[in-house]
Amino acid sequence: MSEKIKVVICSGTACFVMGASEILLLEESLPEDLKDKVEIEGATCLGLCKDSKNGKAPFVTINGEVMTEATLPGVLQKIQEFADA
Amino acid sequence: MLNINNGAAQIKREILVRIAKLQLAGKLEEGVHYIPREMAPRNSEPRRCCIYHDREVLRLRVMARLGHSVEDYDDEKKLAEYAKEALEREKPTEPMLTVLDDACNACVRAHYMVTNACQACIARPCMMNCPKKCIDITGGRAHIDPEACVNCGICMQNCPYHAIIRIPVPCEEACPVGAISKDESGKERIDYSKCTFCGACMRECPFGAMMDKGQIVDVIRKLMEGKKVVAMYAPAIAAQFRAQPGQLEGAFKAAGFHKTFEVAVGADITADKEAHEFEERMEHGDTLMTTSCCPAYVRAVQIHAPDLIPCVSDTRSPMHYTAEMAKKEDPEYVTVFIGPCLAKRKEGLDDPHVDYVLSAEEIGALFVAKEIDIGECEAIVCGQQPTASGRNFAQSGGVAEAVRVRLKHPENLRPFVINGLDVAGMKQLKAFGKAAAEKKPCEANLVEVMACPGGCIAGPSVITNPKVASAQLKKYVEKGI
Repeated sequence: MSEKIKVVICSGTACFVMGASEILLLEESLPEDLKDKVEIEGATCLGLCKDSKNGKAPFVTINGEVMTEATLPGVLQKIQEFADA
Repeated sequence: MLNINNGAAQIKREILVRIAKLQLAGKLEEGVHYIPREMAPRNSEPRRCCIYHDREVLRLRVMARLGHSVEDYDDEKKLAEYAKEALEREKPTEPMLTVLDDACNACVRAHYMVTNACQACIARPCMMNCPKKCIDITGGRAHIDPEACVNCGICMQNCPYHAIIRIPVPCEEACPVGAISKDESGKERIDYSKCTFCGACMRECPFGAMMDKGQIVDVIRKLMEGKKVVAMYAPAIAAQFRAQPGQLEGAFKAAGFHKTFEVAVGADITADKEAHEFEERMEHGDTLMTTSCCPAYVRAVQIHAPDLIPCVSDTRSPMHYTAEMAKKEDPEYVTVFIGPCLAKRKEGLDDPHVDYVLSAEEIGALFVAKEIDIGECEAIVCGQQPTASGRNFAQSGGVAEAVRVRLKHPENLRPFVINGLDVAGMKQLKAFGKAAAEKKPCEANLVEVMACPGGCIAGPSVITNPKVASAQLKKYVEKGI
């Protein structure tokens, strides 16, 4: 079995103010076939908000790839892409 | 219900962060002018027809965040002047809500519409069942005569292709008391004599045209002047952020607040008094008492269900008792209630103990502007520890339960919870009022009312998904004594 897709959701204050709590519902939103292929981690501030070059909060990383202005549907789509690859 | 973390909400929060950053740097007046341009830069994808329209709407949104009514907008006046006025103001101004005409989509009156899915079938159930005979079928499509249509919806219920839809006006639908209607130009107007300031319209307008008026500038000014500004945070605020016990207090300290009071301590006082009042009232032969901590509910009763007024408990709200406690400790304290509620802004303005009311969005923006990450803040042990039941006021059912556990005979309590004051909730209120006026015994003897479905954790200015907030509240409640 291949390695799990690792999703890190930043739960720092800047991300929370811009709506990161929605992404914390990821686990219950995953389709059945992806449920055991994804590892979800809620993180304290990843520090990405400190530099505007990184884009806007909320931030999520998926297998190390940074997603800016992340939304729950956006994260789900990206996971699907990794799963299909 | 509209998702609370929608695009319109994000724009509002970004404006708040920008305003707070500028003000903290002492550059609000010179910098505020550039906010619309920075948020809708040249060559960016416009949200509306063009970036110029976007910028104009952003200007008005900035004005509301500065605490002004946008109805007073003057084309000639610069944002810097509005910022100056905000910085000089001593008290927030009424009304608490303002309508942004240029953002209001002027949604057409709620109506039924036949879509392309219409097959112009032979059975024609829409036409056959229409009580007003206002549907005909021409050119391969059903048509509704808008003049004759009475919006009964029977055509929609009978169409086998689901080809007929209802187009609502979200703000009007959200308002439980009929306070919002269109003026001659089709824009929405709020009748403030009917409005309960529940904030439902603000939460539901997809264009973000219904806005509260900010108080963040006033509070930051007091903080920068070195006044003894104290934070009084509602239990629902503890549910908004991910933090270990005491870290929120640490964040308030880092933001410059002199001291923090948990409003849950005030909630304990409210629950104690309310339990006592309930026992007294029942001894005197009353049949029904209702809670009184939700200000939108209290206003709804006063204006729209006067029969129920005698049943509303005389006990004051947790905010009031907390502010009273703070002012007693030091009359020089500048008291700031922090909560997710719009109606509290009105209650705060009418309460001499409360100086300002900040929303969950505003305190969040202040933390972001000061680069405070709550998860990294030191934990501070607060003064008085509230009970678990006091902390649970933020959730529907929590107030009635807090009263129950304090009664000498808890088994005598028959609670009924109105979880969200929508149109149906208003009907329930009126029914209770009628029963009480006629001295008829009800199934319930204590009615708890929360204007927001779910309670304060789903208030109109929350930043956290109520499901997540509920889990965070649970942790906070469990740590209560």
